[in-house]
Amino acid sequence: MGALFSLGVVIALVLVALVGVKGAHLQPLFGVVIPYLAVITFFIGLIYRVVKWGKTPVPFHIPTTCGQQKSLPWIKYSKLESPATGKEVFFRMALEVLFFRSLFRNLKMQRSGERVVYGSAKWLWLGGILFHYSFFIVLIRHLRLFTNPVPSFVHLIESFDGFLQIGLPKLMMTGVILLAAVTYLFLRRIYIPSVRYISLPADYFPLFLIMAIATTGILMRYFIRVDVVKVKELTMGLARLSPTVPDGIGTIFYIHIFLVSTLFAYFPFSKLVHLGGVFLSPTRNLANNSRMVRHVNPWNYPVKVHTYEEYEEEFREKMVSVGIPVEKPLETKEPEEATEEESEGKE
Amino acid sequence: MYDGGKIITGIIIFLLFATFPFYYNIGKAHVKPDPKLDTPVIKQLKEKKCVESKAYMRANHMQLLDKWRNQALREANRTYRNEEGKLFEISLQNTCMRCHSNKQKFCDECHNYAEVKPYCWDCHFVKEAKEGGAAK
Repeated sequence: MGALFSLGVVIALVLVALVGVKGAHLQPLFGVVIPYLAVITFFIGLIYRVVKWGKTPVPFHIPTTCGQQKSLPWIKYSKLESPATGKEVFFRMALEVLFFRSLFRNLKMQRSGERVVYGSAKWLWLGGILFHYSFFIVLIRHLRLFTNPVPSFVHLIESFDGFLQIGLPKLMMTGVILLAAVTYLFLRRIYIPSVRYISLPADYFPLFLIMAIATTGILMRYFIRVDVVKVKELTMGLARLSPTVPDGIGTIFYIHIFLVSTLFAYFPFSKLVHLGGVFLSPTRNLANNSRMVRHVNPWNYPVKVHTYEEYEEEFREKMVSVGIPVEKPLETKEPEEATEEESEGKE
Repeated sequence: MYDGGKIITGIIIFLLFATFPFYYNIGKAHVKPDPKLDTPVIKQLKEKKCVESKAYMRANHMQLLDKWRNQALREANRTYRNEEGKLFEISLQNTCMRCHSNKQKFCDECHNYAEVKPYCWDCHFVKEAKEGGAAK
C-alpha cells in the first residue's frame, strides 16, 4: 500500500507539471519560481536540521566499536574500529561516508542444517554505493548547464562517463547505473518480506521520485530531445540570478525540473537528510576515549552533594566521642587531653 | 550548540561546494550562442531550409548524423529521404558542410556553449572556408 500511495504521488507530480506547462503555459512558474523556492527550502531546511542536531545534547558516550579499545600502552588497539583520538575518528568517518563501511559488513543470518551461520550480505552495499556515486556524478555532470565557461573537470568526468561512445548523444553510464541501482533498491524493498514489512510511504516516495527524475532525464537526453542550448539559457539564468524563460523548450524538461525541485524541497524533511545526519551520528563520530576523558551528560542539573570530607567535618567531635575512626583527627591538643581524661577515668 | 565550531565549519564547507554555480559565474560575461547562417552557399539558396525542420535540427541533429553515419558507412546507403520526401546525399562533407562551411561560427558556437565536444572531427577534416569561418 505504501508503495502504491508513493507511486500515485509521483504520478500526480508528473501530471501537475504536464498540465501546468502544456495546458496552462506556466513555464515561468515551473522553470524559475518553483526551482528557486525549492533550492531555498533545501538550504535553509538542511542548515536548520543540522543546527538542531548540533543543539541536541548527547547524554551518554556511545560510540559503537568492534575492536580493541585503547588502554595500556603495550596492548595494541584498533585505531579504526575503536578510535581514541579525533584524527582516528576522522579516518573512521571518512571510510563510513565515502565507502559505507558499516554497510559493507552487513551480515545475513542463515540456517545451515542445525547450525546458525552468518553469511556476508553485500548486495545492499553494492546497490547503495552504485546509487550514491552515480547520482553524485550525474549531479556534477549537470554543472555543464549551470556554468559558462564550463570548468574542465566537468568535461573530464563526462568523457570518462561516456567513453563507451554508444550512440549520439553519447550514452552516459552513470545515468543507466543510477536507474538500475534505484530499481534494485526498490525491488529489494518489495521482495524481501521483512524489509517490506518495515517500509513506509516515506521509504518508497524518494525511490519513485528519483526513478522518475532519472527516467525523464534519460528520455530527454536520448529519446524526446529538447533544445539543449535553450535549456542552458534557462539554467544559466537561474545560476546567474537573472532568470529568463526561452520559448520552445519541450514539456519533458519542465517535468524533469519540477521533479528535481520536489526532491530538493523534500530533502531536508525526510530520510534523505542523512546527507548531513551521517556526520552527526554519535555512534560514529565520538572517540572511544571514555577511559581517558569523562563524558558529562550536558543536561545534568547541578546536584547538591555532601562529600565524606564535609560530613566528617560536621560530625567529627561526635564521631570521636563515640569511638568511630576518623580520617583527620580532632585538633592536635584535644586528642591528648581526651586520652588523659580517659586514663583518669579508669583510675 | 555542542561542537559548534566543527558543525559550522562543516556547514560552510558544504555551502561552498553546493553553491558553486551561483558564485562561479559572477563577473563572467554570459554570451549566448549566435550560430551564423551567412555562408555564400546559404545566401544563394532560394529556399533556406535544412534537410529537416529547424526545430528538429536544433534538438536532434546529432541523432540524425549518427543515423547517417551508420547508414552510409555500415549499410552503404547514401540516400536520405526527409519528412517531405525530398532526397539528400548522405555526406557530412558534401551535404552538411557545403552549406554550413563556417564550422567555427556555426557548429562550435553552440557546442562550446553547451560543452559538447563531438567526435566528428576525429575522422573528418574541416575544409578551408572561403568566407566567414576559418579552418580549424
